[in-house]
Amino acid sequence: MSILDSKIPEGPLADKWTKHKNEINLVNPANKRLIDVIVVGTGLAGGSAAATLAELGYNVKSFCFQDSPRRAHSIAAQGGINAAKNYQGDGDSTYRLFYDTVKGGDYRSREANVYRLAEVSTNIIDQCVAQGVPFAREYGGLLDNRSFGGVLVSRTFYAKGQTGQQLLLGAYAAMNRQIGRGKIKMYTRHEMLDVVVVDGKARGIIARNLVTGEIERHSAHAVVIASGGYGNAFYLSTYAMGSNVTAAWKAHKRGAFFANPCYTQIHPTCIPVSGDHQSKLTLMSESLRNDGRIWVPKHKKDVEAIRNGSLKPTEIAEEDRDYYLERRYPAFGNLVPRDVASRAAKERCDAGYGVNQTGEAVYLDFSAAIERYGKEQAHVKGLDENDTALVQKLGKGVIENKYGNLFQMYEKIVDQNPYETPMMIYPAVHYTMGGLWVDYNLMTTVPGLYAIGEANFSDHGANRLGASALMQGLADGYFVLPYTIGDYLAHDIRTGPIPTDTKEFEEAEAKVRSDIDKLIANKGSKSVDYFHKKLGKIMWNKCGMARNEKDLKSAIKEIAELRDEFYKDVFVPGDQNEYNEELAKAGRVADFLELGELFAKDALEREESAGGHFREEYQTDSGEAMRRKEYQYVSAWEYKGQPSEAVEHKESLDYENIEVKERSYK
Amino acid sequence: MMNLTLKIWRQKNANDKGKIVDYPVSGISPDMSFLEMLDVLNQELIEKGEEPVAFDHDCREGICGTCSLYINGRAHGPQTRITACQLHMRSFNDGDTIYIEPWRAKAFPVIKDLIVDRSSFDRIQQAGGFISVNTSGNTQDANAIPIEKEHADKSFDAATCIGCGACVASCKNSSAMLFVSAKVSQFALLPQGQVEATDRVLNMVKQMDAEGFGNCTNTGACEVECPKGISLENIARMNREYLAASLKG
Repeated sequence: MSILDSKIPEGPLADKWTKHKNEINLVNPANKRLIDVIVVGTGLAGGSAAATLAELGYNVKSFCFQDSPRRAHSIAAQGGINAAKNYQGDGDSTYRLFYDTVKGGDYRSREANVYRLAEVSTNIIDQCVAQGVPFAREYGGLLDNRSFGGVLVSRTFYAKGQTGQQLLLGAYAAMNRQIGRGKIKMYTRHEMLDVVVVDGKARGIIARNLVTGEIERHSAHAVVIASGGYGNAFYLSTYAMGSNVTAAWKAHKRGAFFANPCYTQIHPTCIPVSGDHQSKLTLMSESLRNDGRIWVPKHKKDVEAIRNGSLKPTEIAEEDRDYYLERRYPAFGNLVPRDVASRAAKERCDAGYGVNQTGEAVYLDFSAAIERYGKEQAHVKGLDENDTALVQKLGKGVIENKYGNLFQMYEKIVDQNPYETPMMIYPAVHYTMGGLWVDYNLMTTVPGLYAIGEANFSDHGANRLGASALMQGLADGYFVLPYTIGDYLAHDIRTGPIPTDTKEFEEAEAKVRSDIDKLIANKGSKSVDYFHKKLGKIMWNKCGMARNEKDLKSAIKEIAELRDEFYKDVFVPGDQNEYNEELAKAGRVADFLELGELFAKDALEREESAGGHFREEYQTDSGEAMRRKEYQYVSAWEYKGQPSEAVEHKESLDYENIEVKERSYK
Repeated sequence: MMNLTLKIWRQKNANDKGKIVDYPVSGISPDMSFLEMLDVLNQELIEKGEEPVAFDHDCREGICGTCSLYINGRAHGPQTRITACQLHMRSFNDGDTIYIEPWRAKAFPVIKDLIVDRSSFDRIQQAGGFISVNTSGNTQDANAIPIEKEHADKSFDAATCIGCGACVASCKNSSAMLFVSAKVSQFALLPQGQVEATDRVLNMVKQMDAEGFGNCTNTGACEVECPKGISLENIARMNREYLAASLKG
């Protein structure tokens, strides 16, 4: 018997959530006023949770490291949000969204959680429209949808290429309403540096005011971690510069198990790396694969000619192009899931067909879509469909309407016009499916400590489908946590305010202070970035799109050595009692250096290929991922002082409502 | 590769007087972003044991609105319709001198070097930048409220404001009218926003004035420098909303 209790309610899958809501404890409105909740992070999950908890009547303290809650990195999500509305009448349903998500996650997620996610997805759209989120609409005034990878229906709601921005501003507005009412106390430019556990329950946090450097104690009856993912362990990623694992990692060190750390999403369509100076990578939304076709040249001589500049991609004839996704996966074509598309790009580039100087880029081509839309528009308008110039103009107009901001972003970065020449793209780290282990109530293994959104592990298995991160963040924050947290807080109605002058707070604060003092006093010779970049290289080369036993073992060793070197030789300028970005970064990199090792250890232990985790030793003859039945579990790691000593616990995954099959997109 | 002279505003904290300091940088690739060029400078400063230049930045893809640099006298630099993080060094020439300053406005006090405090923007939003609907999940079906595409699109255009503050920094009066009008317009164009329209515009404008932002004199600099192209039409719409609300109230 595992010590992990997922607390999945009994009964048929479709009734579990309703039944659970009916049976859990509630807190009466008068008592909610006596209860404090801390929410760390203000992205879609944290922002929506803070707003909803405050609406319900709890006293919420909300923390973000950014200068405003509106700037959390959910803002950068582009393509859309899934919901099983079936507005298109194309056969969508709660079950189908559930099925696609479990299959897309390569049968490594928890059935009950995913079904609940699909169930509440429709509420999200209703809620957001009521809040004034300006989703894309058709001429009839109704909501428009588009399609994303790994599915055969159009269920993605969007607001051009800025869906995350619009949804986050919706949650931010909901927060603002509660801040104005005094129900949320907002702490911006604050970083959580520890969780305080009193009598086995999470009762507060230690935070650093990033402007003044002050170390503060904050107490509450429950703490919610909504601090996002840890992809910045790779240094280069599509995450924001400040995205970090610190809040989640400190929670882990206080007893919260960390689940499936090796499950990372490497997104197929990002702008390729241009040089050593690069600080971050930019995503080109998956929605582009609705209309863009991915290819590389069929012949090496053309690849050479492109690289030396003597040939343009537009000059390569149709028959000399290898549309490798359409070739390998005729059923899903360019809309295969992200893990499959990324690996296929790597396969072509490793074989020598990459189309830029570094050999790590493939084309994403819109010329066919421009022509198709152009002809359609000409037909609708009763104009000449054979007038090439006119068709081009009309087609480009349609593309601009759909993806204008993405095309502009591409042109600014690469200095090429994607309306005229195909985009160049390559996979990049984008999302982490792993995270803090949570039960059905979204509570971690520490009572009173919750994790929501990307910070938890629960819904996406080994690979997340496009447009599902926004769905999960808002589902957790608006519609799941506000119910489930009441079940726990119902026991706290007589507790009264949690004092901060106790030995637990004192001890946690002292630890935070001594860690900071050590970093400042170190006066080594190398900058924080030096170590972060080195860690990133190890992660990318040895724990990236393809992994094997030998590399993972050496990664574990190298990361441990790098961590030692960091503590010996890092230099943090300035002091602790002021705005000091290098100090904040140093703390975050220190945590990445521990997480990175656990990540590699988890990847080494998982001797199978599933979703984003591809072990070279476990693949089919045609190079597809090979899952193994004996690994049908969640690995949840318990902290024991060092990453190397972490203890693995297993939560077995049982599929009662879905047949576990080979995951094929052919 | 380029060699440049940077003239950067250094200010230890809010109470410090602050001054421009010269920094030469060399070996800058035209493919670098402007912020990556500053990363290069900061790494050099750290190697010399000096304090790096503090500047706000986060997503580095033009959407979070964190970066806020006044470059050669223009918010977000010489290009239009982009943020400083999207600006690339190919927009400059070898040998250039580049002035880098923080946003300058009474309502945006300097925190350190190039970082300013924009919490006044948040307080304006808290005064009315929302629709009062609880997150029960029991609102009406999303398609029960059809919205004319033209209105939906215009509402979206207004809603793309990233709250960076370039409009304020570019305005000779340090007015926040473009910022406030973007939110007022987003809701004014939607049926969901009508119910609270009167209070919203009155309360947001009142808070804007209380924060010490200046008046609008229709010079239009805000629209020119806005990285998201938020239109002046929004200010006109807000003025209409405000007038209507004042007559009602």
